[in-house]
Order: sequence, then C-alpha cells, then structure tokens
Amino acid sequence: MAIEARNVGKRFGDFVALDDVSLTVGDGALTALLGPSGSGKSTLLRIIAGLETPDTGEVVIGGEDVTSAPARTRGVGFVFQHYAPFKHMNVHDNVAFGLSVRKRPKDEISARVAELLALVRLDGLAARYPSQLSGGQLQRMALARALAVQPQVLLLDEPFGALDAQVRAELRDWLRRLHEEIHVTTIFVTHDQEEAMEVAEQIVVMNHGRIEQAGAPRTLYEAPSNEFVMSFIGPVNRLGDAYVRPHDIQLLADSDGTGTEALVERVVHLGFEVRVELKLSDGRGVWAQVTREEAQLLELQVGQILSVRLPPPRVFV
Amino acid sequence: MLGKGLLGIYLSVLVLLPVAALLAKSSTGGTSSFWRAISSPEAVAAIKLTLIATAIVVVINAVFGTLIAWVLVRDEFPGKSIVNAVIDLPFALPTIVAGVVLLALYGKGSPIGINVAFTRVAVGLALLFVTLPFVVRSVQPVLLELDYSMEEAASSLGAGSGTVLRRIVLPSLAPAIISGVALSFARAVGEFGSLVLITGNLPFKTEVGSVYIFGQIENDNLPAAAAVSVLLLAAALVVLGILSFVSGRLSRHVQ
Repeated sequence: MAIEARNVGKRFGDFVALDDVSLTVGDGALTALLGPSGSGKSTLLRIIAGLETPDTGEVVIGGEDVTSAPARTRGVGFVFQHYAPFKHMNVHDNVAFGLSVRKRPKDEISARVAELLALVRLDGLAARYPSQLSGGQLQRMALARALAVQPQVLLLDEPFGALDAQVRAELRDWLRRLHEEIHVTTIFVTHDQEEAMEVAEQIVVMNHGRIEQAGAPRTLYEAPSNEFVMSFIGPVNRLGDAYVRPHDIQLLADSDGTGTEALVERVVHLGFEVRVELKLSDGRGVWAQVTREEAQLLELQVGQILSVRLPPPRVFV
Repeated sequence: MLGKGLLGIYLSVLVLLPVAALLAKSSTGGTSSFWRAISSPEAVAAIKLTLIATAIVVVINAVFGTLIAWVLVRDEFPGKSIVNAVIDLPFALPTIVAGVVLLALYGKGSPIGINVAFTRVAVGLALLFVTLPFVVRSVQPVLLELDYSMEEAASSLGAGSGTVLRRIVLPSLAPAIISGVALSFARAVGEFGSLVLITGNLPFKTEVGSVYIFGQIENDNLPAAAAVSVLLLAAALVVLGILSFVSGRLSRHVQ
C-alpha cells in the first residue's frame, strides 16, 4: 500500500514539530526517515500510524484518506522504540494479541504465532515473559506482534536504537532480508545515517519539522541539495562556506605545485580506513580519509609535511 | 547481624509480644470460654457486620480508587492539585474528627437532608471515608510509570478502548489495586474512631467488632475482648495472606 502525507502540520504548544510536510512512499518500498532528534521524524511516523492527530493536512494509505481514522482501523503495524512489550503476557500471547482481538479461532492463532516466531527466530521462547528476554529478542517479538495481523504498512520507530552495536548490525541485515521476503510497505525512523544508507531504498532527510531532501541513498550522498543533507549524510569537512568530503582530499608525498602544504597532526588507523588530521598552510584544519595502502605508501606520521590537493568544493547558496 | 538483631528486638517489642500477650489473655479461661466469647450472638453479629461492611467497602474502593487515580494521572483539569491533596484528608484527620464531620453532614439535622446516623449505611460511609486514600495512593504511582506505548501498541493492533482497559491497563494495575485493597481491608477491620459517633453502636444493628471489643473492656470482660480480637486478627491475617499471594502471582513476570 502506498502511503502519502499531504501538507501535514503539527505543533506541540509553541514547538513546531512538523511544518507543512508532504511525503510519498511507494507500495512495497523500504523507506528511512532520517534526521536529528527533534526533527519531526517520529511525529510524522506516529501521525501516519494514527497515534497522533495532525493539526493540518491529510494522510492517505492505499488511496484512502485515513486522517481521521483511529489507529486501530488503519491496518498499520507499529514497532515502538522501546518495543512496548505487554509485560504481563508471555511471548505467545504478545504475538497473538492482534489476532485474539480480531476473535480468530484458537488453532488458527497458534498456527500463525508459531509461524511468526519461526520467522523472527524466537521459536522455543513462546512461554517466556518479556522480562526474561534480551533487547534483541524483545525487538523481534515486537516485530512479530506487529506482523501478526498482516498489516498493509509496517512502521518502526528507531527500531535498533536501544541495542548494542553487534545486535544492531545483525538486525538491520535481517530487517532488509525480511522486507525482501514479505514486501510490506515499510517506513523506519532513525537518526543514524549509516543505518539508513544500509537498510533503506529511499531516505527522507528531515530537519526542524521539514523534509530537506528525499531520494535514493546514493543520490543523497552524491547530489545533496543543501548543506544540511551534505553534512548529515556522510563525513564532511567544512572550509568556510564550502564543503569537502574527506575521501575526496588527495595527499601527495612530494609537492608538484598544484596542491597546498599541510602538516600531519594526527593519524588514526581504523583497519582498512586511515583518518589523517591535517593543518593547512593557511591554518585551517581538515581531515582526510585514505586507505591503508595509501597511508603506507606515504609513510604517514605526525609532524610530516605533505602536499594536499583539494577537490572543487561544493557551495550551497 | 546487628541490623537483624535490632529488627528482631524492635518487632518483638512493638508487635510480637503484644500479640502474644493478647493470645495469652484470650485463652485464660480455656478453650470453652474462648469459644463462648466468640460465639455469643452479639459478638457474632458484630464480627459479621465488620467483615461484610469491610468487604463491600474494599470492593467500592477498588473501583472508585482506581477511577480517581486514573483521573488524577491521565486527565488535566483546573484545581487538580487541590483534589490530589484532598485525597489525603482522611489520613490527616484524627478519626474521631472524621466521625464528627460525617455526623455533621449525614446526621440528625443534616444540612442536605440526609440522615443516616445510627444505620448500617453510616458504617459503610465512615469506612469509605477513612479508607479512601489507600487504593488511590497505591495505584497512582504505578499508573504514572505505566508505559503508555503499551496502550498505543494495543490500539494499533486493533483493540478498542474497552479491550485496552481490560487486557492491558487493568492487568498491569491489578497488583497495585490489590495492595490498596489489602491496606483498606486492614484499616476497615480495625476502624473505631470514625464509627463510634455516627453508628450509635447499637448491638445486633450497627455495632462493629472493634466497638464490641471496647464495650467488653468497659465491662471488665478482658478475656472476651481478647478472644474477639484474636478472631479479627486471624481473619485479617488470612485475608491479607490471600491478597498478597494473589498479588505476587499476578506480578511475578513483571520485574
């Protein structure tokens, strides 16, 4: 089901959470709402789910205007940031909740729950209670619970925010594969650009209650439409009004007259990537990203003087 | 070690020794006189009234206490902090003053034309008054801490507000409601001050257990007073034991 938000506005007292936001998400797409905290991304997600009412504008799901429809009739699966497990119910009853509310027959419910628990790899834990599960397991239970009612739309609010790095990476990968399997229109909220780039087919960058840019991850990276998107997606050096990607900075051992001189102030080895902090001859500081091989070739060390070739900087007006 | 010893001494002086003395006093005349004391028709009527009135009162408290806590936590209205403070008034008032207050409003010459003095309604009314804060104050903090996104999750899964209340909110509040009920129960079973004025202490009609015990002491019948006390104590222990067991079962999976 395609999702459309038209001219949506929302205030909380004096705070403008959303300022005339319009967004279209295609049927079956996997979209990330990306932005810093307070950018309005969670509010937009909650408005689409019907958990929040917009002050202005409309929400259309699958061609139907649902702006005034309550959450329970929208057919939206919602996964909460802190999973919102029903603490007094075991895993089975949590996942079965939506089906039992719909008064489905018992054997249908248990068959469906078993199927979902297998899908989220929680088989065997059906009798456990939320207090006995790890963060990653709670996350997957919440996902199974949301998927149980076969939602037309799946919304996830900071789905991996509260998990440690390794579990997070695993779940990201798994969410993407799950989406390929079941193809439900999915929107997730994140403040982590790497997560958005890795998982989403489309990224919507938000800031101060507005959409800055929407597009494929590569488009946003290579053709950011403004300085916010440029600096939010991918690493960046700021030189006055100009922006330079650290991997676009070339380092040369010998000056060939085309570059400027720079002093190596710090070298950080991150495996394949090496980060070099430099001070340019005019006193400005930049950092460059080079590969391990390049670093070895240059015999990088602190105090070394290099020649630096800067790419044509991007300036947004 | 020192802490445990202190606790033992403190509890002994305050609770265990007095209870032991009560048990000893109640059995001075042997089992037959104990039995006679608690099976006298007046004693039976008083204990029955105490337990039945208490049962009704705690059920009303469970419902209205939860409702009041809900309104105080979830709704915004002018004067909310005043209402919140008023809840504690029955705690703050000496119970005899509570009796005077009730008598002034619901007694003879009532300004609102309702006279329930010397009736069983007065027993219920006085008990409701003094036990009002218990359920409210045990449910309120739990409701404040209750993860609202649980309710949002339930409604996004298709549950209407009735289902959310029944399957999500009430089960989460149940242990707190039960603990408030237990406190109300303990208080109501032993209530004396607020009842003594407004109920008139009519034997077989409005005389409750605690007032009956007081009467026996006045008549120098200490063993009978002690025997009825032991019975009330036992009833209270049994009920509190059951409530704490149920509450423990209900909350065993929630941290």
